[in-house]
Parts: sequence; C-alpha cells; structure tokens
Amino acid sequence: MKNNTDLGKFGTYGGRYVPETLIPALEDLDKWYQRLKVDKSFQLELRGLLKDFAGRSTPLYYANNLTRHLGGPKIYLKREDLLHSGAHKINNTLGQALIAKKMGKTRIIAETGAGQHGVATSIASAVFELESEIYMGAKDVERQQLNVFRMNLLNSKVHSVHSGSKTLKDAINEALRDWIANVQDTHYLIGSVMGPHPFPTMVRDFQSVIGREIKEQIHKLSGNLPDAVIACVGGGSNAIGSFYPFINDKKVKLIGVEAGGEGIRTGFHAATLSKGRMGIFHGMKSYFLQDENGQISEAHSISAGLDYPGIGPEHANLKDTDRAAYPHVTDKEAVRAFILLSKLEGIIPALESAHAIAYIMKNANNFKKDETIVVTVSGRGDKDLTIVREYLAGSKVGIEKNKTTKGNGNS
Amino acid sequence: MENNVTRTFNNLVQRNEKALIGYVVGGYPTLELSREIIEQLILSGVDIIEIGVPFSDPMADGPIIQEAFTRTLNCGIAPKDCLNLVKSVRERHKETPLLLMTYSNILYSNGLDKFLIQSKNCDIDGFIVPDLNFEEADDYLKETSKLDLATVFLTSPNTSTERLEKIAALSTGFVYMVSVFGITGSRNKFERYTFESISRSKAIVSSYGKHLAVGFGISTTKDGRRMIESGADGIIVGSSLINIITKNEHDKSKMMSELDIFVKGLKTVCKFPN
Ligand SMILES: Cc1ncc(COP(=O)(O)O)c(C=O)c1O
Repeated sequence: MKNNTDLGKFGTYGGRYVPETLIPALEDLDKWYQRLKVDKSFQLELRGLLKDFAGRSTPLYYANNLTRHLGGPKIYLKREDLLHSGAHKINNTLGQALIAKKMGKTRIIAETGAGQHGVATSIASAVFELESEIYMGAKDVERQQLNVFRMNLLNSKVHSVHSGSKTLKDAINEALRDWIANVQDTHYLIGSVMGPHPFPTMVRDFQSVIGREIKEQIHKLSGNLPDAVIACVGGGSNAIGSFYPFINDKKVKLIGVEAGGEGIRTGFHAATLSKGRMGIFHGMKSYFLQDENGQISEAHSISAGLDYPGIGPEHANLKDTDRAAYPHVTDKEAVRAFILLSKLEGIIPALESAHAIAYIMKNANNFKKDETIVVTVSGRGDKDLTIVREYLAGSKVGIEKNKTTKGNGNS
Repeated sequence: MENNVTRTFNNLVQRNEKALIGYVVGGYPTLELSREIIEQLILSGVDIIEIGVPFSDPMADGPIIQEAFTRTLNCGIAPKDCLNLVKSVRERHKETPLLLMTYSNILYSNGLDKFLIQSKNCDIDGFIVPDLNFEEADDYLKETSKLDLATVFLTSPNTSTERLEKIAALSTGFVYMVSVFGITGSRNKFERYTFESISRSKAIVSSYGKHLAVGFGISTTKDGRRMIESGADGIIVGSSLINIITKNEHDKSKMMSELDIFVKGLKTVCKFPN
C-alpha cells in the first residue's frame, strides 16, 4: 500500500494527477531520485558543479544602506543573483540534468516564462551534452526576444506555444504533451516546486541549498537564527529552498511574497494563495486562480517569473497550517523596490526578487530594530531592464516624484 | 453489477459486435447543434456517447479538441450546460450510455460530491477523467460507487500488468486504452506496439470480466479494424468527428451526412469484425 509520503503529499496537497502514460516515467524518476539522493558520488559530482561551475556558495550580504534607509531590522541579502545564469534556477537544472543523464535520457524539455528557467535548462543540458527543447508561450517569445536568442546560442530549440493564453501555463501544457509523446527518451525538467510527484519534493531538495547556506552563514555572523526569511513566490522554488531548513525552527518567520500585479482587487494579479482556491492542475492538487467553474485563469504580473496561476503544493500546506505567511505586493511596489535596491546597494535585483525587497520596504516598521531578516535575492535584474524602462516611460508609477524624496542613496 | 455501459457491451457481445464510441465536445459548435450532432451519431449507430466538458487547459488533448474547447469556452459554455445537454439527450435515449469526459479540476473545484450529484440528477452514466489515476481516486471511487455512476480508468501501452489489473478491477464501465504515446488527434499510422498492447491489455482486462475500448487517433475504418482484430471490445473516435463538425460548421446538412457516412463505415467494422 502507498502511504502519503510515497505520493508526495503535503497535507492534502500535491500528489500525481497526470495521464496514465506518464505514471511509469514518474515512478522511474522517483526511484532514481531516491537512490541518487543518498549516493555519495552523485552528491559529490553535483556539489562540485554547483561550486566550480555555478559559483556556490553565494554570499549572505549585510545590506547596510538599505537597513539604514528603512530604519528597521537588520537586513541580509542572500545573493542567488550572483550564480552563473543569474538566478537560483540553476541549482535545480544542474541537479535534474544530472539525474536525467544517469537515467540514460538523451533529451530534455522544459517550460519557460520569461526565459530564466529556459536559459538555466539550456546551460545544464549543454554541460551534460543533452539535447534540449524549450516551450515558451508565443506572447513571451515576443516579449523576450533576447532570451530566445540566448537559449538558441546555448544550443536549445525554442518552441513558441500558440495555444490558450500563449503564456507560461500553456508552455507547461505543451511540455507535458511533448513528454506524453516522448516519455521513453525524454526528461521533463520542471522549473519550480510544482507538477506531479516527485517534482515538488525533488526541486525543493535541490533548492534547499539556499536555506542551508543561509542558516550556516547567519549563524557565523550572529550566532543565531534569523527572525524572518523572506522570498518571492512564483511556483515557489526559491522560497521553499530558503524556508525548508527553517521549517522546524518555529520562531523563524517565513514570508513568501506573491505578485499582486495591478492590485488583487483588479483581477490582474498572480496572488494565488490570497485569491485562488483549491484545485487540480498541472499534475498536482494545490491552490489555483480559477473561475467559478474551475477554468484556470490567466495570471498577471510585471515579473514574468511570478506570472503563474498556481503554486507549489508544499506552500499551499504551509499556508493552511499557518507555518508561513503569503502577502503580496503590486507591480508598482516591486518596481519601486527594484529602483531602490539598485540605488542604495548597487544591486539590480530581478523583478521577481524585487517583490521580496518591496515587502520589507513596506513592512520594516513591523519588525524590531535588533531583529535579523534574510531576504533572498533570487536573481539579477539585467533581464528586466527593458521592462522597467518601458514601465517607467509609461509613467504608470510616481517613481520620479519618489526619487527626489529618497535622497540617501550615496555613501 | 450491471449499468447502462456494461449492459450495452454485454448486448453487443451477444450479437458478436464491437462497441462504437463517439466523443463530442459539449456545446460545440453551439449547444443546440451539439445536441443535434449527438442525435445524429446515435441514429447512425454510435453505441456510447462521450461528452467532453470543455476545460481551459486540456493536457491530454491535441490541437483539434483544444481549439474546440477554447471556442466553446469563449461562447460562455459552462459545465452545467453540458449536464443539461445530457439531460435533454436522455429524454429520447433511455438506454444509450452517456458519459462525461473531462479533467479533474472540473470535477473537484466546487466539491466532488456536489458535481457528482448534479451529474447523477442529469442522468449521466459515468465519467472518463484522463488526469485522474487510481492512486488519487479514493474519494472519487467512494462517491461514484455510492451514486452508482460508472468509472472508466485509462491505460496506456506502457502501463504495467500490476497497474492494469487495478485499473481493470476499479473500472466499472470499461477500460479506456490510449492507443499511442501521445495526445488526442488523428494519426497517419499506428505502430506495432499499439496492436501488441491491445492484445496484452485485452487478456488482462477480460480476466476481470471487463471490456477494453481503444481510442486516440483513430480516423479510418482500417485503423478501427486493426484495433478490433487485435482484441479491442470497442473503438473510440473523437478528433475525427470534431474535424468533420468544424469543417462543415456552416452547412449543417453536409455535416450530418458526413458524420453519418463516417459513423456507418466504422459501425460496419464493429458489426462484422471478421
Ligand atoms: C529570478 C527569479 N526569481 C523567482 C522566480 C520564481 O520562481 P520560484 O517561485 O520557483 O522561485 C523566477 C522564475 O522564473 C526567477 O527567474
């Protein structure tokens, strides 16, 4: 008989809701993963790559200027933006590509929104000499020409997906369809802690290196646990990676920041845990944005990496059990944080990560001055420069006015 | 226990015939037309009707059904419209099995029991849910059995014997074998593995006293015949029907006559399998 952990259940969430054709592949993947997880040479090889190729460990940086500016708690930044490829995604893609290689798969497929996971998958596929094909919504292909070119340079073929809303969720549908048709030789390298079991668990384990390092680094710096860990949440991989090693440290607040888009009352947002409800989609039971009949809604966020109408099942459970909180910040607040962190700290964060920064900007007063907060900067913002420039040109936000009142950015 | 679905199969077996199963999208191209299409299919000889309830993200479906779903949803068709469609078809066809085929979220998002009771009230015979496998189906099995609704689980060419035995045991309607590694939509040709899998699956399924129907990609009488020769108790056509419907969207009488010809061709194969 199966027990809950066999099928990757987090409370009632998670599981494996896929066409029967995929079941043998998922069972096989799970078997391999269970074995390799405890295999010394696999772990050694992965750790070596994370260090020498991806650039781990990443620094935990005390954001002195930001801390002073906000006048609240001590803020530390976990610098995943410094990794090769510019985001945390590579922690997962190297892990999964190595598993695929060991399994004897010759072909990798992946979905991508803005292109970050597509790029990270292309890189990992190049390392292991695997054929790689990336599914990307037609709208995103148009918006992210440069990342398409980047993936092509890295030897990936990019498929533009024209079905449905032509964005990330449709790219995932199409990747799943490809996997169903090519399940024998292909590994579907899912980019976040979502999808059918074992993906949410496996991706979480690969990303947990973030939280393990945080724990060690903050201990060295302060001799203590942090008071809160904050990360942005799209599918939820950088967040769960940051949270997981602290889950049993009940006094550490865990805060996952969702994309509030144009405001959660406008309908244009990606605040799945605030505005969604339980459903079954993309192979898992979790929270989803959906209409009254169960049709999946389109998500909206200025940040493509958060623009997803679902969330990993482990987060759904952390929310229901109140172990983590899931507030949201708007596009406008995220852009403001993007600019502020650039000015104050000389760090241009990804728009995704800017959501986490925006949360602490807004809520610094809710923390005591002697408290220690870790904010995960999941990626760097180079990819977002055009978007932010256009956003500002569209003057959707009173950034200019704000700018003149800030004033203490130089030191 | 006998239900509309098994009764239909049993009657066919007695006549040494195979089942012809037709899939349509509820509300496509319009609600009224989809009702007339179902009437036509039954008249032309389809034994069991599957009504697809449109879902925004049909992961097991190819472009033909995806497109039909998208268009239907854009017209505002909701699951309850599909249930009412069944109810109205039922008025004239007491015996024809009418099954809903849709994705888990449609069943679960407002409460599984609620949806199943509504379905029962509209005289639906059972369900086909391509993204629901038996490990996740405890509630579904309990509720469908309570309401005496038929279950149809899917199997695939790569399904292990051990799993197929469970699938057979838990399917109270029939077992739906997906013919290929792939999604719905017509195929130019089937490979050997399809026919080998049918033979292997048929042996297991029938040892549980259940029937095996094969679908995905069947578009010609030749395909159908080969499925039946390999051991299928029934064949399922979907995308081919939708193709005819879409192509003749604006010419109803041509649509109906092409459906009639297509169905009768397949029905002949089902009636005279040898
Ligand atoms: C830099 C960055 N941060 C965060 C995310 C969101 O993903 P997740 O919630 O899985 O960390 C993405 C996704 O593309 C990303 O590129």
